[in-house]
Amino acid sequence: MIPVDDAALVRFLEADGTFAPSPAAEPYRQAVESLSDADLETFYRDMAVIRAFDVQATNLQRQGQLALWPPSYGQEAAQVGSARAARAQDHLFPSYREHVVTKIRGVDPIDIIRVMRGLTHGGWDPTDPKNGNTHIYTLVLGSQTLHATGFGMGLVFDGRCGTGDLDRDEAVIVYYGDGASSQGDVHEAMVFAGSYRTPEVFFLQNNQWAISVPVATQSRSPLYKRGEGYGMPSTLIDGNDVLASWAVTRTALDEARAGGGPQAIEAMTYRLGAHTTSDDPTKYRTSDEEESWRRRDPIARMKAFLIGKGASDAFFADVDAESQALADDVRTRTNALGGLERDDMFAHVYSEQHPLVDEQRQWLADYEASFEGGAS
Amino acid sequence: MPFSRAINAGLRAALSGSDRVLLMGEDIGKLGGVFRVTEGLQAEFGEQRVLDTPLAESGLVGTAIGLAMAGFRPVVEIQFDGFVFPAFDQITTQLAKLTNRHEGALQMPVVIRIPYGGHIGAVEHHQESPEAYFTHTAGLRVVSPSTPNDGYWMIQDAIASPDPVIFLEPKSKYWQKGEVDTSARALPLHASRIVRRGTDITLVGHGAMVTTMLQAAALAEAEGTSIEVVDLRSLSPVDYGPILDSVRRTGRMVYAQEAPGFTSLGSEVAASVMERAFYALEAPVLRVSGFDVPFPPAKLEGAYLPDADRILEAVDRSLAY
Ligand SMILES: Cc1ncc(C[n+]2csc(CCOP(=O)(O)OP(=O)(O)O)c2C)c(N)n1
Repeated sequence: MIPVDDAALVRFLEADGTFAPSPAAEPYRQAVESLSDADLETFYRDMAVIRAFDVQATNLQRQGQLALWPPSYGQEAAQVGSARAARAQDHLFPSYREHVVTKIRGVDPIDIIRVMRGLTHGGWDPTDPKNGNTHIYTLVLGSQTLHATGFGMGLVFDGRCGTGDLDRDEAVIVYYGDGASSQGDVHEAMVFAGSYRTPEVFFLQNNQWAISVPVATQSRSPLYKRGEGYGMPSTLIDGNDVLASWAVTRTALDEARAGGGPQAIEAMTYRLGAHTTSDDPTKYRTSDEEESWRRRDPIARMKAFLIGKGASDAFFADVDAESQALADDVRTRTNALGGLERDDMFAHVYSEQHPLVDEQRQWLADYEASFEGGAS
Repeated sequence: MPFSRAINAGLRAALSGSDRVLLMGEDIGKLGGVFRVTEGLQAEFGEQRVLDTPLAESGLVGTAIGLAMAGFRPVVEIQFDGFVFPAFDQITTQLAKLTNRHEGALQMPVVIRIPYGGHIGAVEHHQESPEAYFTHTAGLRVVSPSTPNDGYWMIQDAIASPDPVIFLEPKSKYWQKGEVDTSARALPLHASRIVRRGTDITLVGHGAMVTTMLQAAALAEAEGTSIEVVDLRSLSPVDYGPILDSVRRTGRMVYAQEAPGFTSLGSEVAASVMERAFYALEAPVLRVSGFDVPFPPAKLEGAYLPDADRILEAVDRSLAY
């Protein structure tokens, strides 16, 4: 059975959309009640729109347009809540499934498509302000937790946190999964984060499965409890409740940015889709299990809550239109993506000139040229 | 000044030159590192510039990457060659590739200092020659100074490089003394150098092997053979200019290294020289290496490591063609 009823669990919205804060949610209640209707609608819009993108990208992969697609279907609430909780000056280190996190920060979704289409190993420039300090995807599990921690150390050394100015002090959030939590790098990252008191939130999306391996194989104790061992305040949230995700992450980031040191959050959620488009979930999990989580869908839950608060049909229609428009736009732009030049593989291997690379670039150019003018 | 003091002075100069330079490692602060290369630097620059880190190599390199992303120039010390492998993933999968993956938007000015090689009679995993693992990885630059003067300048050049540099320090040379000219840099970071002139055959190598090659050359001279010695200095990229010039004059070449020979740096340089200077060669390029076995216990290292005699045996074979 999937442990979602722990007394420590922070949850505001029941699966049917009823607003019923759990006892552990009480400390965050005021923050959630301060959200405006427009904020709440934004959360819903973010989740619904990215789901349309995700479905479109899955289809594009099926049609041979992408090499691979890691769906985010089902995990939208954990991602939207945490990303909306970050302040503009914060730095985000995603893994490879955080499509809506990157979109909220300004990364153009086509840049993710370019990675999955085999056009780049990166996709965007984290230092370009339009990308909202969002780092590129990392496919080697757990590696990015160390990069985020090192970045956080830099913030500490430069006095860019802990001054007491919430609008200026910077923090870091790093995303990883329940499978990745077994990697040594995650543990070393937590050791360094604790030692240097980095302004950092370790955001674990426990979607119950690491490809085909259940979370019980990664850990026999609740993952959020691991944070305590490294001296971090650690919180368990219902990851399918966007309000819990927002409130707890906002608090944790603000405490971290104020000098409180690193924090850990485990978001209990579920990957409703396949791990990636290469995966067949029917081989390792039951439809009963999937069905039980489908009933806790984060988007349906928020929709019911908003309807209860009186959100208009026009609002939902508008979200649907935006979703459709994004999906269409992504399809059009994917089809229009060009190829790469052969020379591109030699670019940016080093920042400074490198004779071996220069020589091989030249060799390939001469080799290619030898066919053009040659007899045929 | 001794080699270790020369690197220390180079690190001091880099720390003074820019407050973005940081040293990170296990025991490098109060203790000054197990080889004392960083001695006194924490006292001078403070705990935030010279960090005694947790004992975690992957963490050390992985956080150095994050610090580089935040605008710092970290210089990481790995305590011994045999302990770099927990960090191997962060070095080869992450550090080496991040500039490329960012399409040039991000530079990775991280230096990894690794004391390497034999000749000190140490215990297991304290004497290894891991250079080929790094030279095989695109995106890394790999260098190894063999003299105090090079130690002083090359560490500063490595820190100034916008690319990641694996900085291999031949640990048996730490106590070797030599002149350091702090007023002017002799050569750029990636230049190789002819350290001894000769006319009959060219010996090429790096690190501690340079001393061994010079010993071989002195012995050969007594017997009437004139040996030219080239110090590679940069293991990746290799500066072939001086090597090819030399081989074109002598017509013969032997590569000497401590590392096992199979798919090694010596294999690469030998193949490249044969491709580039085939008609100048009077004999095949020969390699003198450690054997393809795990680095043996200290009592056998004398039999494992190429010495002047093993080099001269190859010289004789070459001259016999
Ligand atoms: C170091 C490493 N080992 C193996 C893999 C292959 N792999 C990719 S995703 C995955 C499962 C990851 O599970 P989890 O961390 O729970 O994240 P999720 O995919 O469920 O979001 C595996 C084994 C990898 N990418 N990196």
